[in-house]
Amino acid sequence: MSTLVLLTITGLGLGAMYFLIASGLSLIYGLMGVLNFAHGAFLTVGAYATWWFQGKLDGIGSAALSFVLAAAIGLLVGGAVAALVEFALIRPLYQRHIEQVLVTVGLALAITALVQGIWGADARVYDLPAWTIDTTEVLGAAIPNDRFVEIATAVVVLIGLQLFLRRTRYGLIVRAGVENRAMVTALGIDVRRAFTLVFVIGGLAASLAGILSGIYFGSIDPERGTSLLIFAFIVVVIGGLGSIGGSAIAAVVVGLLQQYANYYASSGLGDLSVVLLLAVVLLLRPAGLSGRTATA
Amino acid sequence: MSVSPRALLGALLPLALGVLLAVIPLLSLDVPWLFNGPLDSPGTLQLLAACLVLGGVAMSYDLLFGYTGLLSFGHALPFALGVYIAAIALTRWEWGMRASLALTLAVGLLVPLGLGAVGLRVGGIAFAMVTLAFAQAGAVLVQKNPDGLSGGDEGLGLSFERLPDFFVGVLNTKNLYWLALGYAAFVFVVVRWAVGSSPGHVWQAIRENEQRVEVLGLHPYRFKLMVFVLSSFLATCGGAVYLLVFGGATPAVISPNFTLTLLVMVVIGGTGTRFGALLGGVLYTYLDQRLPTLASSSEVQGLPGILRTPLSEPLFLLGTLFVLLVFFVPGGLTGLATRGPGRGLRRLEQSLRPGGTSGGVATQPEEAA
Repeated sequence: MSTLVLLTITGLGLGAMYFLIASGLSLIYGLMGVLNFAHGAFLTVGAYATWWFQGKLDGIGSAALSFVLAAAIGLLVGGAVAALVEFALIRPLYQRHIEQVLVTVGLALAITALVQGIWGADARVYDLPAWTIDTTEVLGAAIPNDRFVEIATAVVVLIGLQLFLRRTRYGLIVRAGVENRAMVTALGIDVRRAFTLVFVIGGLAASLAGILSGIYFGSIDPERGTSLLIFAFIVVVIGGLGSIGGSAIAAVVVGLLQQYANYYASSGLGDLSVVLLLAVVLLLRPAGLSGRTATA
Repeated sequence: MSVSPRALLGALLPLALGVLLAVIPLLSLDVPWLFNGPLDSPGTLQLLAACLVLGGVAMSYDLLFGYTGLLSFGHALPFALGVYIAAIALTRWEWGMRASLALTLAVGLLVPLGLGAVGLRVGGIAFAMVTLAFAQAGAVLVQKNPDGLSGGDEGLGLSFERLPDFFVGVLNTKNLYWLALGYAAFVFVVVRWAVGSSPGHVWQAIRENEQRVEVLGLHPYRFKLMVFVLSSFLATCGGAVYLLVFGGATPAVISPNFTLTLLVMVVIGGTGTRFGALLGGVLYTYLDQRLPTLASSSEVQGLPGILRTPLSEPLFLLGTLFVLLVFFVPGGLTGLATRGPGRGLRRLEQSLRPGGTSGGVATQPEEAA
């Protein structure tokens, strides 16, 4: 029983990171048809910026404070890089989807290589407050505290995103644009501004995922972005492109499945079973869980 | 019976190029800057062989991406199948050369058939992600090292006892070079024949407008599966040749980066053009192998750190170069030569536009989020 609880909460923690990456990917794709391969690179940038700034903030003394400050700066850096990419590289190529994909592919390769060139291929470790490594007892299972941080963050982001989409004017434009961009544009609304906003939000969420991955795995490395991005893609397809709710559900399913299969079957089988799940979903519901068309 | 000059050129040019490439191992020429040793030295020949194999694999990818408009992010999988199945059969099971090759080719036909049948149920970007996931499954499998077959991170060396003598030893590098050249020529001929055949016309029609193909009463799914299997099969053959040229298998051939690399090669050269993909593959591989030498040269090492670090990362340079090419040379290098618009890219847009091929107005019911 306690193993099951531990696996479930760990799986939810993993799902939380998948959700943070997938939500941005899904909205960016849903609104403008941009498949953003550089999303993993934003994640890496955010994670490394946090690590670097924490090294500079050593003088503060308290690990918790310096980490929170560094994470805030890291988030800003990740968001700024996303904004820069959108303005300089994606915007000139609006409506040219292949070229956008190619540019983000080139960026993903280049940024990952640059990070590796500057800080090396070895893993880097955050200086975390001690309580994140401690465990809390839940139903007889000792759960590392950081899992709760990841889950709570994802829940807050999910609620925040839903509020943004449902309660704000930009959210309305985004939702309408995902559904039918041509019509929204015909009504005289500039979807591009909303898109820039969505792109930056996606970049922030990805950076957040990168920082959380540093807590979850205990370290960060240049390849982290690419490896997490692949599962985020799977989550997006299973959840249905352009749907936040679908992404959230799919992220939880994928995270849990991965943990259970890795433990109960054998290590490494979790990743394979996620791919198998993808194949099954495609065979039964090609449009993904949320039922939106995934053939686009 | 008259032959148009253009058709004649189209037949003679590849032939002339093939003959020229075939005599390289016999020349003891020094090419300063480009290569470290003379042309017939084993090091240079191996570099050229790698260029040719990957040029051939890039052509097979172009069949899928450039000619049919199917964006796959999993083309590393069939290639790695060729590398690993042949390596496992030869080294672990100690099969003969012929039996190993037969097994590799059979697997190279059957696995893409199964994966394609599932993956092609979705189109466009979703297909890209599905193929990416399949390739990732392959990477996990190699990493997991079942029964110690794949060697995990360390890769798998090729045992030379089972190979015919003319492929073994440094002196026989030229035979490996000819093998690689033969592979590239084989892919070139097959791709040329395939896109000229009647299914080939349907593939290109699918790239232009899949819905129209369907309205004409054809089943795009079958044709897409056909091209998927053919292109994967060619990549598997390439994997087997690659194994012989490099004498071993490493997990790098199944990494997500490798698929992206193939995409980069095809786009650099120009999509939907046989020569373009070949050129892109050769050029990329050459740069990828030679840039580290440049980085360790005294000129670069003497630079201040802010310049030296980016210059020492080949993938950073290639990625940046790629982004610039996409922006300023959209048709790839062959597009630059012919001054025409990118044959593939513009048309490919259609097949990946959200809302399918129904034009600009996307009709996607149901509420989002």
